[in-house]
Amino acid sequence: MDYTPILISIKTTALATFFAFIVGLFAASKVRKIKKFRGIIDGILTLPMVLPPTVVGFFLILIFGKNGWIGSLLDKAGISIMFSWQATVIAATVVAFPLMYRATLSTFDDMDENTIFAARTLGLSEIRIFWTIIFPNSLSGIMAGTVLALARALGEFGATMMLAGNIKGKTQTISIAIYTAMQAGDRQMAYEWTIVMMIMSFSMMVAMNYFNKRNKRIVKTAK
Amino acid sequence: MALYVKIKKKLQSFDLDVEFETSQEIFAVLGSSGCGKSMTLKCIAGIVQPDEGIIELDGKILFDSKKRINLPVQQRQVGYLFQSFALFKNMTVKKNISCMLSSKDKNRIAEDYIKKFKLEGLAERYPHELSGGQQQRVALARIFASQPKLLMLDEPFSAMDSFLKWQLEQEMMDLIDDYDGHVLFVSHDRGEIFRLCDRLVVMHEGKGQKPCTKEELFHRPKTLAATLLSGCKNISRAQKISPCKIKALDWDVVLITNSIVEDTISHVGIRAHHIQNALNNDENIISCRVQRVIEDAFSQILLLKSSGKELLRWEMDKNNSIRYQDELYITIPKDKLILVS
Repeated sequence: MDYTPILISIKTTALATFFAFIVGLFAASKVRKIKKFRGIIDGILTLPMVLPPTVVGFFLILIFGKNGWIGSLLDKAGISIMFSWQATVIAATVVAFPLMYRATLSTFDDMDENTIFAARTLGLSEIRIFWTIIFPNSLSGIMAGTVLALARALGEFGATMMLAGNIKGKTQTISIAIYTAMQAGDRQMAYEWTIVMMIMSFSMMVAMNYFNKRNKRIVKTAK
Repeated sequence: MALYVKIKKKLQSFDLDVEFETSQEIFAVLGSSGCGKSMTLKCIAGIVQPDEGIIELDGKILFDSKKRINLPVQQRQVGYLFQSFALFKNMTVKKNISCMLSSKDKNRIAEDYIKKFKLEGLAERYPHELSGGQQQRVALARIFASQPKLLMLDEPFSAMDSFLKWQLEQEMMDLIDDYDGHVLFVSHDRGEIFRLCDRLVVMHEGKGQKPCTKEELFHRPKTLAATLLSGCKNISRAQKISPCKIKALDWDVVLITNSIVEDTISHVGIRAHHIQNALNNDENIISCRVQRVIEDAFSQILLLKSSGKELLRWEMDKNNSIRYQDELYITIPKDKLILVS
């Protein structure tokens, strides 16, 4: 059995979650302050979650393909995104991002406004307010968002398939490996990958529950 | 050295329009809930931007719509005690007090305030581990540690039960006594206002009336809203009959006043505890029937039906001899009448 899909899945998921975390947190912290056109911006940022993965993949090809507006620039620099390992990370990040963004934004919105006003009257700068008050008080929501993003990145299939293709040892993640095995009529292989996937997902859930419990304790003592 | 506020702002249900000046005293804003009191404080703090007007604090312009000045909240040096205290849940008491200090001895300063606000032993606790009163002291300590020029208190006792309220009120006054800035106090409770403040402005549906002293408010309220907020329970529409005579329309009685009645008189009021048992030679006598006897803790309240359509409320010492449906004569002392035009 070839173990590269496991490695590729883990690497892709880890990096995609990392990027989704950073970008999601950043987007949520900006959208939090927006009043006008918030619905529209929120809608655009949530799109990758509600669109079919094939549509997301199609858009990614439009952007990162050889003639796309980022793809053409990269092409001049001699970099090709399509069908590269990096493409799996991009696809997984884009699809996982809205989950992180939404969970984070909703805990930011739950934050008592007066606490932030009070911090301002005390003279704390906006950046300090974010990092010393808003962020620590939203930890449980941010963690929940991260876990959701992680799960989504691990299970990513459609957009990855379109942008990164199915290249064994390069872009073939576990989810794609299952599909490939089934296509080739190799039920045994599909079973094996399914079991691997289930073990990974299950241990992630256990870890998440453990973390949530611990986090709840922290939040309890901090509330 | 003063705070001058003159602001206007369009809001959904009414227009905010308030003007007052205060200096080194406890100045109150009295109004029923939703009248724009908190909005006024938020405008002064810079949390909300007024449409037009001026806010000036100790010669520094915080807001001026004509000169297009609008200082950020952080630069206004205004302390705001929120009803919910707005403590930082993720920080200990000590961190709450010291988080905005930048000097090297911020620990020492925080400890000073902890001592001054009687929070010793609680320094490492989190806000949720404190009682309401302790939380309030932390919030106040935090505000004072930031050294504001103006302290604004937004209904600080409204969430407390009456037993605690009294104690906290006195504690807070002790703490504020040492403070040499201006204090702006917002409340809907006339008792609090009378005990704590010097001068005040009455607000009604966003409109701030002319500032007055608390004695003026309680003895000679000028408007209907002020009369109601000062706790006057009996109010009737009124019409002038002659220079010293009015007709109280809702009580269906002609009353003699001891001052010249203005032509524009609209209402007349009498406080529930100023009504008296009528003697033969009294003026302003009303005949009425007892509709209801309500026992309060230390007094009793009678609801009286005269020939007019509004009930009169009479608060008196406990007296077991008065029963439901009793007929009695009451007098409204003319020197106690509140005339509103």
